[in-house]
Amino acid sequence: MDAPHSLIAAHKLRLDLALQLLQQAGAMLPDAEPYSEAWLQGILDALCDLSSKDALTGLVNRRSFEMALGREVDRVARSGEPALLLVLDIDHFKAVNDTYGHAAGDLVIRAVSQAIGQTVRPMDTVARIGGEEFAIILPNCPTSYGVTVAERIRQRVQALAVSMGSGQPPLTCTISIGGAFAPQWVRSSTLIWTERADRQLYRAKAEGRNRACLESHVDSLVSAEEKGMLFAVTQQDSE
Amino acid sequence: MSMTTAPAAPKARAGARTLAVTSGKGGVGKTFVTANLAAALAARGERVLVLDADLGLANLDVVLNLHPKLTLHDVFTERCTLEQAILPAPGGFHVLLAGSGMVEYSRLTPDVRDKLLHILEVVRPRFDYVLLDTGAGISDVVLFAVSMAHDVLVVATPEPTSLTDAYATIKVLATQQERRQVHLIINQANRPGEGKLICGQLQQVLQRFVGPSPGQSFKLELLGEVKNDAMVRQAVLKRQLLLEHYPGCDAAQGIRGLAAKVLEQSAGHP
Repeated sequence: MDAPHSLIAAHKLRLDLALQLLQQAGAMLPDAEPYSEAWLQGILDALCDLSSKDALTGLVNRRSFEMALGREVDRVARSGEPALLLVLDIDHFKAVNDTYGHAAGDLVIRAVSQAIGQTVRPMDTVARIGGEEFAIILPNCPTSYGVTVAERIRQRVQALAVSMGSGQPPLTCTISIGGAFAPQWVRSSTLIWTERADRQLYRAKAEGRNRACLESHVDSLVSAEEKGMLFAVTQQDSE
Repeated sequence: MSMTTAPAAPKARAGARTLAVTSGKGGVGKTFVTANLAAALAARGERVLVLDADLGLANLDVVLNLHPKLTLHDVFTERCTLEQAILPAPGGFHVLLAGSGMVEYSRLTPDVRDKLLHILEVVRPRFDYVLLDTGAGISDVVLFAVSMAHDVLVVATPEPTSLTDAYATIKVLATQQERRQVHLIINQANRPGEGKLICGQLQQVLQRFVGPSPGQSFKLELLGEVKNDAMVRQAVLKRQLLLEHYPGCDAAQGIRGLAAKVLEQSAGHP
């Protein structure tokens, strides 16, 4: 039997399309001897990177967002740290496209994605999951902090003045945000978690847009004060 | 499986009243109370199905000393029909057991959710009461099972740990599910009136720390108390229904009291 490395004749691989794609996307080609193992690995890595990102914004795309959400569900179940999922939608985006054209729409999407990226922590995953729809996974996010985070993002986007080039007045836009926590005791699936956040997004839209609605969350922890009051009766009883 | 063993007395009600029995903490007698409450309701002429909704750690079969060949697991995997898995239990009621191998369903997926909803939809017209024996604690399977129910019965004992966990569960139900009413059952009560005392205290703590949500008030209502009774241990060890084997004991009396209260409450809901 031949050794495994001889199973692939690297120079026989048809890589033209892959290389073309990477060049077109402006990806760095690996700095290694062409068709060497390190070079091939570099090409594969670059392709993976390309297929996990959204072309317009450079954010994580839907496919890789779903993978990240699955990992987060597992992590929450293991660590017990709550995580927040936010879904965001640009308000009346269709009107931007219809009035100013798709190029203007793209500029707005880019500006919003940048604003979101600058507002969250490096550990958070920001994804573009649809046309004007975004999602953010915030691991280890204390439940008392959810509204603050969502509100900060909303205000940041509201403050944007998206430049439309010389002579054009800048555009402004707002977003609606829905959010739901995955506390440790909710051994949920990604679908149900997304559904819960989506329901809050619909609520934010229905209540007039440009707002953040989070699923009401109750800490199932019982404080010492609560316990003290709870046991007052049974303790008296046994005395 | 034929349904002829169930007392066939069609009621005016469109479908069974669904009661979820849950507890914050495990080991407080939740399954014991569920099984015996089912028997007490059956003795009053009601058609009762107990659905083992503790998908991960089901043990209704152990409590009832049943050795089911067909379970919910077989229904889920389409190895048998729902009809075949509904089994008669001692005490004159029916059971749908989860069976082992359900651990894979202990995480709520849309698939499990849809299957449970479908099963409930199919069985509701044929019974007067469906009791959901849920798992302990606050998992999303428990919360989902509870969300399918008309009424929630939380079982607790006077132990501080049990009260703490019951309180945490009720807190979540009151706020997350926006339930206006939860029923409390105090099991292993040490003296008459202890249930009332505990219920009042829980209600006070809830009012102080959870507070009524705008526009609605929350009510914790005592369904009843079951006295700490040596006969319960006897029945549990022998894997028999208390109501069948020690019908005269204090605890059995307490269980019948619960059934009477359930019937009384349902009368108000056509």
